[in-house]
Amino acid sequence: MTTLPRHLLSAADLGRDEALLVLDTAEELARLADRPIKKLPTLRGRTVVNLFFEDSTRTRTSFEVAAKRLSADVINFSAKGSSVSKGESLKDTALTLEAMGADAVVCRHGASGAPHRLANWIRGSVVNAGDGTHEHPTQALLDAFTMRNRLGRIDELRVVIVGDVLHSRVARSNVLLLSTLGAEVTLVAPPTLLPVGVDTWPCAVSYELDEVLPKSDVVMMLRVQRERMYGGFFPTTREYSRRYGLDARRMASLPDDAIVMHPGPMNRGVEIAAEVADSVRSTIVEQVANGVSVRMAVLYLLLGGAFIESVEAAA
Amino acid sequence: MSGAWIIRGARPMGGNPTDLYVDNGEIVDSAPNGAEVVDAAGLIALPGLVDLHTHLREPGREDAETVETGTLAAALGGFTAVHAMANTEPVADVAGVVEQVWRLGVEAGHCDVRPVGAVTVGLAGEQLAELGAMADSAARVRVFSDDGKCVHDPLLMRRALEYVKAFDGVVAQHAQDPRLTESAQMNEGVNSGRLGLAGWPAVAEEAIIARDCLLAAHVGSRVHFCHVSTAGSVEIVRWAKRKGWNVTAEVTPHHLLLTDDLVASYDPVFKVNPPLRTTEDVEALREALADGTIDAVATDHAPHALEDKETEWSAAAFGMTGLETALSVVAAAMVDTGLLDWAGVADRMSVRPARIGRVSTHGQPLLPGAPANIVLVDPAARWTVDPAQTASRSRNTPYAGRELPARVVATFLRGTPTVLDGKAT
Repeated sequence: MTTLPRHLLSAADLGRDEALLVLDTAEELARLADRPIKKLPTLRGRTVVNLFFEDSTRTRTSFEVAAKRLSADVINFSAKGSSVSKGESLKDTALTLEAMGADAVVCRHGASGAPHRLANWIRGSVVNAGDGTHEHPTQALLDAFTMRNRLGRIDELRVVIVGDVLHSRVARSNVLLLSTLGAEVTLVAPPTLLPVGVDTWPCAVSYELDEVLPKSDVVMMLRVQRERMYGGFFPTTREYSRRYGLDARRMASLPDDAIVMHPGPMNRGVEIAAEVADSVRSTIVEQVANGVSVRMAVLYLLLGGAFIESVEAAA
Repeated sequence: MSGAWIIRGARPMGGNPTDLYVDNGEIVDSAPNGAEVVDAAGLIALPGLVDLHTHLREPGREDAETVETGTLAAALGGFTAVHAMANTEPVADVAGVVEQVWRLGVEAGHCDVRPVGAVTVGLAGEQLAELGAMADSAARVRVFSDDGKCVHDPLLMRRALEYVKAFDGVVAQHAQDPRLTESAQMNEGVNSGRLGLAGWPAVAEEAIIARDCLLAAHVGSRVHFCHVSTAGSVEIVRWAKRKGWNVTAEVTPHHLLLTDDLVASYDPVFKVNPPLRTTEDVEALREALADGTIDAVATDHAPHALEDKETEWSAAAFGMTGLETALSVVAAAMVDTGLLDWAGVADRMSVRPARIGRVSTHGQPLLPGAPANIVLVDPAARWTVDPAQTASRSRNTPYAGRELPARVVATFLRGTPTVLDGKAT
């Protein structure tokens, strides 16, 4: 029987079977959303801690809703600021959570690898909810879930991920997960925003968005962070937008059933034009809804156990 | 302890077994009266090791290390002299601080402490420190370094290189272009991209080394490079030496053995400046140490308090301890691989570093008349590194649980044992 590892730290922790188990479980759990009572008793008595060292209302809320729909007790532990400069260290926070009896800790941290460290200090499961410029595996899972919902498959889908790959945890997790699931990923970015060694990743790389778009089933636009705009990675925001932004003209070059994705929050008018974000191709709102189902599936599988045959049976 | 010793059956530099006689702090040519005997059968005798690069942390961070604990660790590692880096709090940029460190070394008595003076006031890279005053002080400073920081202003570096000629000093450069390494966390390469940690490109080291080779040649000075870590740095140093320029370089034990693959654990015990590099770099460094392009092994022993390492990667301090494992790591990387014999180890860990640091009483041949600074090594021993068992006050060794070859059995400082039977006296 397929089961998940104890922690979900990287999309690379999931093989094909494990990833499909999460997606299939999420699909089953998504049906809850259509019912008047959206709650399962599955994780009653279990404690899920949302440990957020960075502000991220949308991700935290998504995990919170997911845990509550499974009847888990949810503790939101906001701990902004770096550990050394002020306040409690990551280790002391971990020991505190351990003493409170956390069964799962959902961790968002500005430092790459912080959830890996946390996993050394606590007995519960650690879910990486975004670590620095490293990974964001549940985002990749919800993106894959969204693709499968819209397009019916992931195998051999042509997915192009556009933007600041260098600093993007979304891009790293998506490349790993989508290649595991058989998609053909192409990264498009200015060379300054591609990491050294990207040629060893399981994907293709291009600098020319216009060449890639007509051969794409999925376009995923990455957010341009404000600090990159002034960090000398590209001359001006306008030039970035002109070369790597997705506007209506570019969208028109996509195949008919291609979809446009964005992990949010968007910079309308920078990496994505408003009419693209609001078009029928856009899955941006669905991604948010799917995020809850996928995170329910992850918490369920890490804490609860096997695949749910049906929501009715589980209830 | 008496001052008279017979070291029976040791193999000097790994050669044929013989007896060494010690009296009054010197090696003598016949057995002294009333001497104590050390059975050294099977052991190799080397001149006491000399470290060009040690962080003793005192004054300022006595919670991480003191001169007492650091020099004890040094003695247990086979060292009879260490150069104490200047990045203390306060910085060793005036005669008063270097004299304090030197005196603490004398009082501790485990090994000679040669303080390194800062090149610039407060390591700030803006104004030359009083290099002459430090050279003239009781500490007789000859090595100057802003280690931890690069003297990146080319004009200031030129002036420093020129100025120290007056007292036969040397500038030991920490080669790290600051702009190219802003917020850098690990070697820039396949692993940094995958792990999402800001990259530290090899060129940030190599560009400074190239510049300073050219500067040293231009002003006719000698320059020393701390902890070279890349294959490219090796090429540049090799080129400069071929030109006949007065350039020397050191490599750390950890850069001879460890690679950036270890960073995948995100365990900051592997976080170090310069960062661990790739297998290709390790191979180039070993080859360069073997052929003499790199002159010396220097530990860059960098103890840190537990709370500065038990953190997320990016918040952790840079540095590893190394004094107690250096000889064993060199044995693993260089001797077991056939790249260096024990005479070569003596040359790179004692003779040449003593010469670079102008430490005339160390790094001498094991011959009558030389100061009796001797280390006895069991080349057949194997041991497992246990951070809890180290003499250093800090535990940040990257070799925890690792089995290493060769063990220091005894260390003599001017005829007095600081270590016997592998234990501090």
